[in-house]
Amino acid sequence: MMELWQSFVLGVHEMMPWFDGNIANIVVILIKAMALIMPLLLTVAYFTYVERKVIGYMQLRIGPNRVGPKGWLQPIADALKLMTKEIIFPSKANIYLFLLAPILAIAPAIAVWAVIPFDEGIYITNLDVSLLYVLAIGSIGVYGIILAGWASNSKYPLLGALRSASLLVSYEIVIGFALVTVVMIAGSVNLNTIVADQQGGIINWYFIPLFPMMIIFFISALVETNRAPFDVVEGESEIVGGTHVEYSGMTFAVFFLAEYANMILMAVLAVVMFFGGWHSPFEGLGILESTFAWVPGIIWLLLKSTFFMFLYLWVRATFPRFRYDQIMRLSWKVFLPITIVWIFVVALMTQLQIGPWFS
Amino acid sequence: MSSEQIIFYILSFWFIASSLAMIFARNAAKAVLFLVLGFFSAASIWILLEAEFLAITLILVYVGAVMVLFLFVIKMLNIDKSTLRAKFAGYLPLGLIVALIIIAEMTLVLGGAQFGLEIMPSPERHGADYSNITVLAMQLYTTYVYPFELAAVLLLIAIIAAITLVRKKESTHKKQNVSEQVNVRAKDRVRLVTIASPSKEKK
Repeated sequence: MMELWQSFVLGVHEMMPWFDGNIANIVVILIKAMALIMPLLLTVAYFTYVERKVIGYMQLRIGPNRVGPKGWLQPIADALKLMTKEIIFPSKANIYLFLLAPILAIAPAIAVWAVIPFDEGIYITNLDVSLLYVLAIGSIGVYGIILAGWASNSKYPLLGALRSASLLVSYEIVIGFALVTVVMIAGSVNLNTIVADQQGGIINWYFIPLFPMMIIFFISALVETNRAPFDVVEGESEIVGGTHVEYSGMTFAVFFLAEYANMILMAVLAVVMFFGGWHSPFEGLGILESTFAWVPGIIWLLLKSTFFMFLYLWVRATFPRFRYDQIMRLSWKVFLPITIVWIFVVALMTQLQIGPWFS
Repeated sequence: MSSEQIIFYILSFWFIASSLAMIFARNAAKAVLFLVLGFFSAASIWILLEAEFLAITLILVYVGAVMVLFLFVIKMLNIDKSTLRAKFAGYLPLGLIVALIIIAEMTLVLGGAQFGLEIMPSPERHGADYSNITVLAMQLYTTYVYPFELAAVLLLIAIIAAITLVRKKESTHKKQNVSEQVNVRAKDRVRLVTIASPSKEKK
């Protein structure tokens, strides 16, 4: 495969002298990016369909079933509808920032995927500080929401943006502390090393020594992605639609895409951090391991993250919305102390060399 | 000119342009956004220098947290621009003096004697397996462990001081007890009373 590509590059280089190794590398990166973004956007589209179906069945309804067989074409119809709708600009809104906001929301949501390892050696880039990169780029997404609220020149978006800014900053600290424990076990901030370190069956996955951190990470992920029961940024019953009130058509659709891309990212991150990434759950189980040895690692990763994506929908259909000040209390007075205590517990476990994780 | 130099000049141009735009922007929120762009350019230049840990920390701390809180504060303030401009002439001499001092300092530091390729040769390239976060951690936790811990204690004192400053006394303002609210049950709020019905008594 590599030799074929190299001979192809050399062949083109002879025909067009300006096409050298550097440009070929850029082309490879672009191809990799497209191979990631296209399935991601398709997953986002069908995730909305699955969400409506699953919540429908949970509430004893059928959900979308009119467009195409069993409603399978519903997301495509929705996308077409949003594309053809008029984009309305509020009078006296700051047009440049108003249009910049959705771009600032979607760009980080997609850029984060550059460092996610899908299988052993399958990633766009192997950054040495990839975990910090995920946290840093993920924290930029909040600008989209804040700017949307500010540039709309409207009351409800501003309230939503204020809520979002304070919530995201508080929960970033919680997520950061929870991931410190993962870094302590793996001894690395490289996502590839973190997954490789969890090799050797379910017993080696990090969710066993870090069980409370896994729960806290998932709940904080719900807040970071503005999902029910923590969706006070949108909160239809309190502040109409929060930051999205003034957005219509494609500008709204871009926010929507960013939110769902972030949800899928958080599900994949949970698997990478706590559930062994690309490793098969049957490793080290004799006959089962050899039976399932042919399954590629990316399938395991996707299967495990599908469970977390389902959990998002399950939680949304189950719990009523939290009150805003209670979410803040949960972050600063409940989660933060637990994470700090658990850092010391992990330090103690490292010193005592407990289990397969710390030896 | 190598491709790296071209990238460096583009990033430096963006850095200087966004810093100037930050100063000259009329709108405070736009100034913050230009500052964010400046931080991004600085982080990118650091990545060119193979200092990826510092670059990512700059974005994580300053762009991800500090600037978000700046925007938060600016949205809450109702800045009246006329009062800002009214005192402009009064503050101009002081401002000029400060500006001159800064220019003098920068020429002393950046000009000639301590700066330039002769005194500081360009750092050598490291291999792909070189982890600069490991090197940094080794330095911080061995050679500089006491200054590092001193800085940590200083930050802790600052946090405690900030919290004590804004903390209100419980006697002067009302406060919600959330755990009490969460633990409330129906029987604490609603009292069901059985009252003998008068219509039944007639029969």
